[in-house]
Amino acid sequence: MTFFSHLRKAAIATAFVLGATAVHADEQYFPLQSYRVGPYAAGGTGFFGGFIDYLNLINIRDGGVNGVKLTWSEGETQYEVEKGVEVYERLKSTPGIAAWNPLSVGIAYAMIDRITDDKVPLITINHGRTDTTDGRVFPYVFPLLLNPYSETSGIVNYIASKEGGLEKLKGKKIVVLYHGSPYGKETIPIYELLSQKYGFELSQIEVPHPGNEQQAQWLTIRREHPDYVVLRGWGVMNPVALKTAQKTGFPADHIVGNVWSNSEEDVIPAGDAAKGYTAITTQASGEQYPVVQEIVKTVYGAGKGNLEDKSRIGSVYHNLGIVNGILNVEAVRIAQAKFGNRTLTGDEVRWGFEHLKLDPARVEALGAKDLFHSINVSWDNHEGDGYVTFQQWDGKKWNVVSDWIAPDWKLLRPIIEKSSEAYAKEKGIKIRTAEDADAVVSN
Amino acid sequence: MNYYDFLFAIEVLVGGLLSGVMYSLVAIGFVLIYKTSGVLNFAQGSMVLFAALTFVSLVERGVPFALSLLVTLAVMVALGFTIERTVLRPLVNRSPMTLFMATLGLSYIIEGAAQLIWGTQVHGLDLGIDDTPFEVGGILISSFDLLAAAIAAAMVAGLSAFFYSTRIGLTFRAVADDQFAALAVGLRLPRIWGTVWTTAGFVALVAGLLWGARLGVQFSLSLIVLKALPVLVLGGFDSILGAIVGGLIIGASEKLAEVYLGPFVGGGIEGWFAYALALVVLLVRPSGLFGQKTVERV
Repeated sequence: MTFFSHLRKAAIATAFVLGATAVHADEQYFPLQSYRVGPYAAGGTGFFGGFIDYLNLINIRDGGVNGVKLTWSEGETQYEVEKGVEVYERLKSTPGIAAWNPLSVGIAYAMIDRITDDKVPLITINHGRTDTTDGRVFPYVFPLLLNPYSETSGIVNYIASKEGGLEKLKGKKIVVLYHGSPYGKETIPIYELLSQKYGFELSQIEVPHPGNEQQAQWLTIRREHPDYVVLRGWGVMNPVALKTAQKTGFPADHIVGNVWSNSEEDVIPAGDAAKGYTAITTQASGEQYPVVQEIVKTVYGAGKGNLEDKSRIGSVYHNLGIVNGILNVEAVRIAQAKFGNRTLTGDEVRWGFEHLKLDPARVEALGAKDLFHSINVSWDNHEGDGYVTFQQWDGKKWNVVSDWIAPDWKLLRPIIEKSSEAYAKEKGIKIRTAEDADAVVSN
Repeated sequence: MNYYDFLFAIEVLVGGLLSGVMYSLVAIGFVLIYKTSGVLNFAQGSMVLFAALTFVSLVERGVPFALSLLVTLAVMVALGFTIERTVLRPLVNRSPMTLFMATLGLSYIIEGAAQLIWGTQVHGLDLGIDDTPFEVGGILISSFDLLAAAIAAAMVAGLSAFFYSTRIGLTFRAVADDQFAALAVGLRLPRIWGTVWTTAGFVALVAGLLWGARLGVQFSLSLIVLKALPVLVLGGFDSILGAIVGGLIIGASEKLAEVYLGPFVGGGIEGWFAYALALVVLLVRPSGLFGQKTVERV
């Protein structure tokens, strides 16, 4: 990416910001708290690039959603919470906001009370606090597809499938290497619970932020001789983990990465040390899916593609952005079917998300068969029972190596409800009913 | 402690010492500038990032390895001269805090410029050094870390020879000893500072290549300054030998602490343990183990 291409992007972004201040009657607006510079820019450019590419596809190919044009503007956050909140304050008054999609745990946490007052959905696809799954307590927050507990369950189920069944986990040893942050620590109790339930030996080891030094942790792992290591990393911690594993003689094909350790950016810097490494994902990577092909043909063909480097089309973060685009657009479409083909209020879009049911047939119709499995959101289940799959790095690309796997939602739900109800009690929040969820603010 | 526990402790110690050498590589860049100009150059981490990103971007565009190295070196020399000319020279005789804040700002500018020019993607950097471990008496040793240690040792030897066996090295030491006296005897401070910043740019390049091969070339590379700071406090801000010894002590102690103390306090302690150790040294020897004691007439 060159200096001039950055200038061009900045000019386009500015034009969108200026344009966005005058949203017309038939426009639905997406404020984007993106991060295209700073330590996490590689993920930000991929995700927001995919999201914008999909919105562009809908506008160019379909003329918008039922004639309602999709608009957006970007505010740079550098993944910093205070900048994310600044962007929120700057853009929150723009008419026709459909949903917020910050792709940042910190920014999302800072916005929960604000967007609840505004009555506008906050989408935290594949991340966020687990108990926001409970729509009875968090009406406007949607950790779509996968919350951290489901991810944990999915990983344990995958390891079990490799060993020949859940009963074969008994006596196995699993080490969880986690990032020293609230994100990293979020799954500590659920791993302990699953360890007790299935009888595997568990050791959880912290890596201090940012994780650029892990010699001590991996020597400890070597001494413990685990059967598997689960990598719950972030940023530079991931390639360093893979490289240090190689240095200490631990095989990469017995390391299973979580959903934020599953991108090209996590493995390319590790070079050969990453070969054979497997990671969980909710969406497959690659360009072969019809919707990605359409984006290449229609959006990039028209010179409106968002990724400067076209080799990143179909990468993990780009495809996550596309799937996020599909979920946002379909929520708007579902809400339009009830409230009319016009600019919707945030609360109407919230209703759309709470009825976001895309079965495999609908996913195929959207050109996303095998890109992601399905989603089934309801007023009280804001995650939507996303399925997961596992991909293995061969040194050049990810290859899917498992079927779609269902986390153990029944096991997790009571734990989630216990946590959300405690939050409701602490904050004095009235627990919603189905009738409350159907009451929609339309102006 | 049985034989295997003993071997494990030795393995942790050796791993820590080798990691410590990597910290020293960054710390040396700080020392060079502090020694001759009294400036704590917080931008050293950004310079490491800039050097590595420039090098890897050139290689990925098909420029031969050796030529990429030369071009990057030229870029770092130009960067060093530019910083000296446009930022530090106008701030001569300002307080140390002003100079520190200037380098702090500079750090953000260099980080931003690196991403603006070369993009935000992360890159793998293969220096052709095999990183599979080999075993010595039951202890695994990283061949990459061993080579990095050898390079660091060679660089220290080279810099020491430069400081103590060349005329310009003598002028560096004169400036480090007393800037005003050096000026009074006709030494041209701006030229010396320019040369020092150039040397720091070279050190940043070496550190950038080795750390880049270790972590991948990405924004987080600039965060390695956080590993160098306790090394500087412990070894002394103006001693190259102190940077090496400090690096070894910090590297070994933080790894041993993580393995043997960590489990008692929940783990993840190596991030702050190095700073705790540095703080203790600061209380006992404010100028570090090898730093020059400053005496001010009041």
